[in-house]
Amino acid sequence: MESRFRIFLLRTACVAVAAILSQGCSLLQTSDTEYTDQEPVITPDLERRTITEADIDSEDFEAGIFVGVMSVEDFGSNVVYGARAAYHISEDFFTEAAIGRTDTDETSYETLSGGAQILSGSDRQLTYYNISLGYNLLPGEAFIGGSHAFNSALYIIAGVGNTEFANDSHFTVNVGAGYRFLLNDWIALHLDFRDHIFDSDLLGSDKTTHNLEGTGGVTVFF
Amino acid sequence: MRFLIIPGVLLLCCRVGLVLAEVSYFSVRVAEPYIELHTGPGRGYPVFYVADRGELLDVLMRRTDWFRVRTAGGKEGWVKREAMELTLTPEGEPTQFADADLGDFSRRRWEAGVLGGDFEGADVLSVYAGYAMTPIFSAELSMSQVFGDYSDALIASVDLVAQPFPEWRVSPFFSLGSGIIYTDPNVTLVDENDRTEPIGNVGVGLRCYLTRRFLLRAEYRNYVIFQDKDDNQEIDGWKAGFAFFF
Repeated sequence: MESRFRIFLLRTACVAVAAILSQGCSLLQTSDTEYTDQEPVITPDLERRTITEADIDSEDFEAGIFVGVMSVEDFGSNVVYGARAAYHISEDFFTEAAIGRTDTDETSYETLSGGAQILSGSDRQLTYYNISLGYNLLPGEAFIGGSHAFNSALYIIAGVGNTEFANDSHFTVNVGAGYRFLLNDWIALHLDFRDHIFDSDLLGSDKTTHNLEGTGGVTVFF
Repeated sequence: MRFLIIPGVLLLCCRVGLVLAEVSYFSVRVAEPYIELHTGPGRGYPVFYVADRGELLDVLMRRTDWFRVRTAGGKEGWVKREAMELTLTPEGEPTQFADADLGDFSRRRWEAGVLGGDFEGADVLSVYAGYAMTPIFSAELSMSQVFGDYSDALIASVDLVAQPFPEWRVSPFFSLGSGIIYTDPNVTLVDENDRTEPIGNVGVGLRCYLTRRFLLRAEYRNYVIFQDKDDNQEIDGWKAGFAFFF
């Protein structure tokens, strides 16, 4: 008798718990449906971030110095030295600004005549500056031994500028070619050959002079 | 005490050096099945390594449209921009690179460039720099060198430039300016002295947005040199060249 009463109590308790649980679930369900009609509780606050130049070190500028030999038509060959700065627009094109200076010798006439001087002191010094556009014609790699590879490029370049010589300014066109050899990502060696072409009337009649220059230089990218 | 200072300073320098050496790089995650690493920053350089999807790459530097990256395994190579734009940032967002475009051209503040051309039969070479006070009006400072048969000249000029349609890719402009011209007759001519005179000019021209931060520019100017003699000298000049803005 007693055990039957116990079973009854247990059953009642089970039904009560089931009732409470089902009630609780339905309460939860109603609360869920209430939320779906509203705005999401957490709005994703992610802004699409664009990577700016400040995030990544951009090394498109190149600057350096050079030294070599420049032959000034009728005035001999002498040491030339100068500086250059370049901006690499794309993997193919770059712009370059350069300034250079050289001394000149006496002309053959001056040497043979003994005393006659066409130019005096500071007029013998030649200074040029120019702005040019270059094209990396043959980019590639150079190999030294079996385990060292260096990036390099053979480029062609042309531009305009000014040449100060014999107390006169000359509009100058320059054309040439060069070889850039990168020791690492930011140091480059240059070999450069350039023809500076300008009109001069220094020796009487107006004539176009070709002034050849060969230089070697070092530049850094930044 | 003194001999303690020197090692101390050296140690401090080393510490500073170490701190400076610890650069944190921007990194991207490969989202495509693979990404190709080239040996150099150019389309012709061979692919020597392929990084798989999910790999994290440190971006060391950028040269034109190529990025030098380092894989977790220490491989360093160059990835082109188009491939970099298919990667994800560490936050999982698509990688995008900010570059100057036509909008930046319309909103530019500073502009500088080089022009070459003709100055009444003589060659002329100019450099200029300008500042845009409003999208339409800008002030420019220019220096020109004239290479004539009988004389050379140097012109310094301040100009006000109006560009009525700043948002156009090919945009016309009008200019008005004044300055000085220094004329240096060639040494072979006799009885001519160097002279400095005021010069005024009106001009019209075109700017054409090229790419990134570059533009082409061509202009015609009518100059008036206010000479000591009774009549003024009028000169026609045109120039063309390229410039960059920022």
